Amino acid sequence: MSTLEIKDLHVSIDTEQGSKEILKGVTLTINTNETHAIMGPNGSGKSTLASTIAGHPRYNVTSGSITLDGEDVLEMSVDERAKAGLFLAMQYPVEVPGVTMTNFLRTAKTAIDGEAPKLRTWTKDVKEAMGKLKIDADFAQRNVNEGFSGGEKKRVEILQLELFKPKFAVLDETDSGLDVDALKIVSEGVNRAQEENQMGTLLITHYTRILRYIKPDFVHVFVDGKIAEQGGPELADRLEEEGYDRYLNVNA
Amino acid sequence: MSETTTHIPEEKSRIGAPSIPGFTEEGENLSPINDSNGSPLGGASSKAHSHGGGVGVPDSSRAGRLTSYNVEDFAKLTGREEDWRFTPLKRLKGLHTDELTGVAPKVELTGSDAVVLTEVAADDVLNGIAHTPDDRVSANAWKYASSSQVVTVPKGAEGVQATLRITGESLDAAAQHIIVVAEENTEATIILDHVGSAVLAQNIEFDVRADARLTVISLQAWENDAVHASSQQALVAAGASFKHIAVTFGGDLVRVNPSARFTGERAEIELYGLYFADAGQHQEHRLFVDHAVANCKSNVLYKGALQGKDAHTVWVGDVLIQKAAVGTDSYEANRNLVLTDGARADSVPNLEIETGLIDGAGHASTTGRFDDEHLFYLMARGIDEKTARRLVVRGFLNEIVQQIGDEALQERLTETIESELAATDN
Repeated sequence: MSTLEIKDLHVSIDTEQGSKEILKGVTLTINTNETHAIMGPNGSGKSTLASTIAGHPRYNVTSGSITLDGEDVLEMSVDERAKAGLFLAMQYPVEVPGVTMTNFLRTAKTAIDGEAPKLRTWTKDVKEAMGKLKIDADFAQRNVNEGFSGGEKKRVEILQLELFKPKFAVLDETDSGLDVDALKIVSEGVNRAQEENQMGTLLITHYTRILRYIKPDFVHVFVDGKIAEQGGPELADRLEEEGYDRYLNVNA
Repeated sequence: MSETTTHIPEEKSRIGAPSIPGFTEEGENLSPINDSNGSPLGGASSKAHSHGGGVGVPDSSRAGRLTSYNVEDFAKLTGREEDWRFTPLKRLKGLHTDELTGVAPKVELTGSDAVVLTEVAADDVLNGIAHTPDDRVSANAWKYASSSQVVTVPKGAEGVQATLRITGESLDAAAQHIIVVAEENTEATIILDHVGSAVLAQNIEFDVRADARLTVISLQAWENDAVHASSQQALVAAGASFKHIAVTFGGDLVRVNPSARFTGERAEIELYGLYFADAGQHQEHRLFVDHAVANCKSNVLYKGALQGKDAHTVWVGDVLIQKAAVGTDSYEANRNLVLTDGARADSVPNLEIETGLIDGAGHASTTGRFDDEHLFYLMARGIDEKTARRLVVRGFLNEIVQQIGDEALQERLTETIESELAATDN
């Protein structure tokens, strides 16, 4: 079993008005084979947590720690984090000019595993994974995310999740902009990765609808850069009925 | 990346073009000595037409550009001329002002036995078969080239592969004249491999005769101190196809101007280019496709990567579809990838259309950055920074590398790209 441990994490970003604190002391422990949903209103810091775990240079950790099985994640470069078994499914995957999906997937897989995948099985794996996510075979020859629709980009993120087999996946609003069919396809992909690899999942979402397909073990409510409440899946049901107003009113 | 694509006649785009008082951005100003009788480009298109504006405003059409074999016909350069405004004249090492009496780079031909290299005198009838100087440096080269090297692909020869290695051994300003003749019904690939050190004004003419298929790869792989201004002009006859690939890596200042004119119908012109500019390098490509006759097809694609302080690339693509050129199908595009801060890419596609009866005409120009978000995305998938950068650049330039049929050359270019990229790691 592996453990991703976040302790009293404070994160700020540089703005024109100076440094602004976004995360104000987040503590969270995720084990493999667990699914944690992080929910909360817009601007509460959910995506900041996701990007900080992956190591986006925009976010400055001012105090606290992130460790993976005791190893200091904050000391690792972005690619080292991926190699250590962390994966971020991005909210807005960027288009990378000049690099085909095929080339990208093979290069990334080689980097993560430390050796090139066997060509024959790899080609078959990619094809199968694409088929399950209903990604057209033509996409393999297209440049990474170039001209893909929002839904296609999200499916390609989950394709990578399935192929790279991380220990922990952070899904940053993967459900946003997906129609019901796409949401189902994407959720099935996440569930497959979890079953096959005992992956730990940090599911960041604004809406409860994805939780119909991906069942969380724990639900954390984020408000103003902190966890305001946590509980089991029943907490999500309550949020469905009451929304976030309750937490915002408390703060007001 | 932003993209402009236009299919509307008369539309012109100006990208990265600074405005200079008194100059239009569309092309060279019409010179009074460039009258319709004295120039091979004469005729209706060289007279004033709708692009020019009113009385006292010079005609801006590319067709109106001065062409002459006499260097004296061209005014001394000030650097404010439309076609010199991006070029740092001080770094031309006198190619535009001096007597070009240095020793011209030596030429050696290797490859298919079918191809013949001969030398003819400067007054031989072959000179000017496909070429008229259209700027001062080209005319200066015409004046001082003491002889011409002629590469001939004889009638009917097919599968011809040959390399003309052009080796510079001196930094004295020199002139050179090369003529490539692809006779009727030939199929040939000629590589012009520029290496060594030189300060060179060069004219290269390509006579692509009926039903010939000629591919030319002009490789500028100079040493760092080289200065090279090359005017490369082609005439493309009926049923022929001409594919020109300019590849520029080396040199301090390299300026290559390929132009191609259709002289017969059902012909095809493809102009490709690949350039990689490092800190301090100036690489300029100005091309011209002249659709003077009906039912021809042209396609232009230049791709460039830039890195380092004061790396500067200039791309100007002039495509002219004359009134007679009904049924034309034409497209031109330039794509630049800026890898670091401090580099500058100028890109100016000019499309002039004088008839509405065409199959298609379009242009596009994009200049994009390899930015932190690309890097973050690739690194978040375990790919280290160096590999990520290579992945993007290799992929970007590969579209042009693939156009080069010659495997050994493709491999050499791939290696060059790798070593250019390795230079950024320092």
